[in-house]
Amino acid sequence: MAAKALTRNRLRGGGVILGFVNLPLFIPDIVLGISLLIVLNLAGLPLSLLSVIVGHVLICIPFAMAVLMSRLTGFDHSLEDASRDLGENEWMTFWRVTFPLVLPGIIASLLLTFIVSFDDFLIAYFLAGTDATLPIFIWAQLRFPYQLPKVLALGALILAASCVLVVFAEWVRGLGLRDRSPITGA
Amino acid sequence: MEEPFIHIAGLTKRFGTINAVDAAELEIRRGEFFSLLGPSGCGKTTLLRMIAGFEHPSEGEIYIDGKLVTDMPPNLRPTNMVFQSYAVFPHLNVFDNIAYGLRKKRLPRAALTGRVEEALAMIKLDGFAKRRVDQLSGGQRQRVALARALVCRPKVLLLDEPLGALDKRLREAMQIELRQLQRDVGITFIFVTHDQEEALSMSDRIAVMANGKVLQISDPSTLYEKPNCREVADFIGTINFFDGTITGFEDHYVTIDAGALGQINAAAHADEAPFARKAGSKVVIALRPEKIKISREIPETGALHGVITASAYLGDRNHFHITIAARNEPIAVAAQNFLREGTNIPKPGEAVHISWPPDAMILLPRD
Repeated sequence: MAAKALTRNRLRGGGVILGFVNLPLFIPDIVLGISLLIVLNLAGLPLSLLSVIVGHVLICIPFAMAVLMSRLTGFDHSLEDASRDLGENEWMTFWRVTFPLVLPGIIASLLLTFIVSFDDFLIAYFLAGTDATLPIFIWAQLRFPYQLPKVLALGALILAASCVLVVFAEWVRGLGLRDRSPITGA
Repeated sequence: MEEPFIHIAGLTKRFGTINAVDAAELEIRRGEFFSLLGPSGCGKTTLLRMIAGFEHPSEGEIYIDGKLVTDMPPNLRPTNMVFQSYAVFPHLNVFDNIAYGLRKKRLPRAALTGRVEEALAMIKLDGFAKRRVDQLSGGQRQRVALARALVCRPKVLLLDEPLGALDKRLREAMQIELRQLQRDVGITFIFVTHDQEEALSMSDRIAVMANGKVLQISDPSTLYEKPNCREVADFIGTINFFDGTITGFEDHYVTIDAGALGQINAAAHADEAPFARKAGSKVVIALRPEKIKISREIPETGALHGVITASAYLGDRNHFHITIAARNEPIAVAAQNFLREGTNIPKPGEAVHISWPPDAMILLPRD
């Protein structure tokens, strides 16, 4: 499940498409789940973990965008100019300057989208078919009373892990922001 | 004649329908401290960025050391730049910032360290190698940016208003240091600034730009004392303008009917102001405030009578606005405070006489 989050490494610029990309944020998940199901059916794609991945990428993009955009606004492009001026080509400039500066943002967005994807039940429920994601598995287990202690334990673990992850993601993001200190007068 | 080190021929940059730089012609000598001076938006930074390779010219060519570089990307040009915002890499420490351009050259470790140490010594930041950039002051960052560019040993160093963000005292110290540094390393500097004092005090030669056009290229004193047009005269320092019409001329002076000022004789050689060698041709008389003498007694020749309408005490000198009859615009006069007893300075409302020598006036064509 975490792998799908990797799809949003490369995005630069943005702008008018932002509104369109953010659309999944405003559409109720249940509507999104059902419409995706219909689209996939029409396309003749089988329901599997793959279709869940498609759905999750869709709902994760706005979150990743928000984090990365906050990182890229105010990115001083003269830094890239400076690197080119000092003899590096465009690829090496990206590698030595742009990427390291944006890296904390990328890590933070990966963590955030992992949680968004992990927490999702509705879309996965519609798109999973016979495969099960963890939330679906838990939901299925609830039908058997004797499994309840196990589910409760699992729930507690997930809750703790989620909290840690969110705190960690915010910390990484803050770290990045502090790195990029503004230029102050003498 | 010696081949120019940097030759810029008919360089034009269009943004939409606007010519940010309009057919600029420049010839810059090897080892020169050359400034591009002009108000903001005059195209000086665009011109510099074209020399660096960040902007591609719409027309024209750039030659550096005899080589055509117009289509060369910035990373291959023999130029390095100091950016207005310094553009010091925030994720690297001082050492790695300075070594950035050298890593590419695959120097042996010892040589690389040596060059960086040398650069740190040059900018007087020895011992700062491991500092994080956010622990540096603005002035120190500026030095790091300078060292980072110079350590690559470029043929030309480009500086885009590098002192603009520093406070006045630090800026003045850096001006002297930068000039000294340029003499020591002997690298050609192209310095962009909107600060005329900065340009005058640092440069070997200055190109004044306005609206994308290069108006005049000359050494600082020529620029100040012999501007070639009204725009340059107006941009460099304070100046008074009087409209006049030529009524006659001799070998070394011309007679001008200058309205409120009456008939004036101005020193002008034939080769200096050829446009003034014709009765009836319209001229502008430009006169620097410090060339005007102010006195309470009537001087021997050619004095005007006026009243002080405003004055400003600046410590080393006084500025006056003096209004004369038949002229709305006051005349700016600057007087040095020679004596310590400054109590006898003329006050606003006082009647005074002003005069100036015939060779103090600059004659410019008027259309």
